[in-house]
Amino acid sequence: MTMHVYLDNNATTMVAPEVLDAMLPFYREMYGNASSMHYFGGRVAKDMEKARHQVAELLGAENDFEITFTGTATEGDNLAIRGITSYYRDKKHVITSTVEHPAVLNLCRQLEKEGYRITYVPVDSNGVVDLQVLKEAVCDETAIVSIMHANNETGVIMPVKEIGAFLKEKKVPFHIDGVQAAGKIPINVQELNCDLYTISAHKFHGPKGIGALYVKKGTRMRPMIYGGHQEKGRRPGTENVPGIVGMGKAAEMALYHLKDMKALSSLRDRLQSEVLKRIPTSSVNGGGAERTPNTANITFEFIEGESILLHLDQKGVYVSTGSACSTGSLEPSHVLRAMDLPFSRIHGSIRFSLSRYTTDEEVDYALSILPGVIDNLLTISPFWDNEKKIGSIPQEG
Amino acid sequence: MWEYTEKVKDLYTNPVNVGKMENPDGVGHVGSVVCGDALTLYIRVKDNIITDASFETFGCGSAIASSSALTEMIKGKTVEEAEKIKNQDIVDYLGGLPNQKIHCSVMGSEALINAIADYRGEKPPVDDEHEGEIICQCMNITDVDIRKAVHEKGITNIDDMMESTGAGTVCGTCIPKIEDIIEEERGRCSIKDDRCCEEPMTNLQKIKKIEDAINSVIRPGLKRDGGDIELVDVQGDVVFVKLRGACSSCMSASMTLENFVQSELRKSVSKDIIVKHV
Repeated sequence: MTMHVYLDNNATTMVAPEVLDAMLPFYREMYGNASSMHYFGGRVAKDMEKARHQVAELLGAENDFEITFTGTATEGDNLAIRGITSYYRDKKHVITSTVEHPAVLNLCRQLEKEGYRITYVPVDSNGVVDLQVLKEAVCDETAIVSIMHANNETGVIMPVKEIGAFLKEKKVPFHIDGVQAAGKIPINVQELNCDLYTISAHKFHGPKGIGALYVKKGTRMRPMIYGGHQEKGRRPGTENVPGIVGMGKAAEMALYHLKDMKALSSLRDRLQSEVLKRIPTSSVNGGGAERTPNTANITFEFIEGESILLHLDQKGVYVSTGSACSTGSLEPSHVLRAMDLPFSRIHGSIRFSLSRYTTDEEVDYALSILPGVIDNLLTISPFWDNEKKIGSIPQEG
Repeated sequence: MWEYTEKVKDLYTNPVNVGKMENPDGVGHVGSVVCGDALTLYIRVKDNIITDASFETFGCGSAIASSSALTEMIKGKTVEEAEKIKNQDIVDYLGGLPNQKIHCSVMGSEALINAIADYRGEKPPVDDEHEGEIICQCMNITDVDIRKAVHEKGITNIDDMMESTGAGTVCGTCIPKIEDIIEEERGRCSIKDDRCCEEPMTNLQKIKKIEDAINSVIRPGLKRDGGDIELVDVQGDVVFVKLRGACSSCMSASMTLENFVQSELRKSVSKDIIVKHV
């Protein structure tokens, strides 16, 4: 029997059955518009406010009204940065890092075209943002600093608490893209001293098409789209009530299951150490830094990531890769490149990302499949000597 | 996830003719670790017929499938017949490839060209250094290609760019990016070439040139019809003028501006000049 082992939870996660159950009534009988004056709509608003509270709890927010629901985390990131820069119009400098998600990076590239100066703070060889460079970049012109809490490709956790403390003193707005942190590590926006924090429901067993932006009380920003009074005009448009309710339930469960993260971390460590033991050409990317408990980014040298992915796919093991061939852009991972890894290690990188639903048996199955796949691909690689069992990469040009 | 045909899936799962060949008659190598795919093709030739072929590939699923397909296609063919195989033939053999993966088949045909050259004792003709960042994924066109077209062919708008390079002609998603690059390159000289644009003019130089053109060509022309012209202001490429004398009340003043003044200024100052009557 072929197993289906889903190890791509940083891409998206299974909707928890409890979450789906919580959502279904809002697709059926409770279809009212939360803005309506009558009972039929008004009672829906109550459930929406409960969800807002559940999300506020997950983030450690002081007030429920600090949570604004958005369509996606990409929208949340854009609203946070655009919202601040369009309020502080005379401040034309933005600080971010070289390893951000495209939702932040490509927005910053667009801002550059609009006349902004952007500082892309570099990372060390483990992928951790250089705190010193960031601190030195802050100036009177700085409108906002946007740094991710944890990286999607490597799981590496950034020093956001230190950054928050520094920026609070400097009175510079701080946005954290927390998409990969929510549900994996504890979050407290008050302790982090951030003004804005973005999350996405589908990364922690909630539905797709719903995200949230924490906006600290008193933060000055402008909306990016204009319309009705929903979300206090900060993000107008009829609310995605089933999505919001689902996100609330998912947030409640994620908070409860933080206690399981230690076990998840052990499972990831077992996967990682067994891979390193069984496959001599493998090595971990970002392994020297603190990481989210579910992620391991491993390079298999002398072979290419997409071909590994496709062979694993045929055996029912689902992962992702930083190789150029796998992406729509045909560019290799900007995160691994920013870590200054040689191209040979980037093209052969595979990301394993687990969840609280991943079992020991699933990890065992993946481990039983992987060495054979790697061996087969090494056999056909022009960079592998099949007799001597060693690989060599010609000088990178 | 890419949509691969059954033939492609079959060939990357169970590739044929894999591995290094002992004492081959020709070897062709293309690609590098940096680009993310590399292919070495080995051929054995007897009495001008390719009797055996094998390959080693560092690359994605379609790169493996393309390499394997190629070895099957050339076996039994004469060198001249094999030479005629184009990347499209590999694509057809595989029942198609996703647009973004066409370059994998190109790699195959390039390795074949190099292997045949090696067999004939010639230097490998294909050095596949592709410069720049790929902008149009459908047509595999880089920013460098687009920048070159701006400078070498004097292209200044998206429609001409699409016609000239093919960029943006399939799905069209990259059109705004292409427009940004055209905008960036206009008036600046990043690629040195004989036909490349000159250094951008300063405002003072521009005004001087406009005055020269007015005095030497435009005013004498207008005076023949009893008119005159006064330069009011220059803002960027927009030139504000006042027509005097017979021209000022003439119904065809705007025609005059458009047809005569503007075209003269475009000829002698810059092709981007726009003339406005105040």
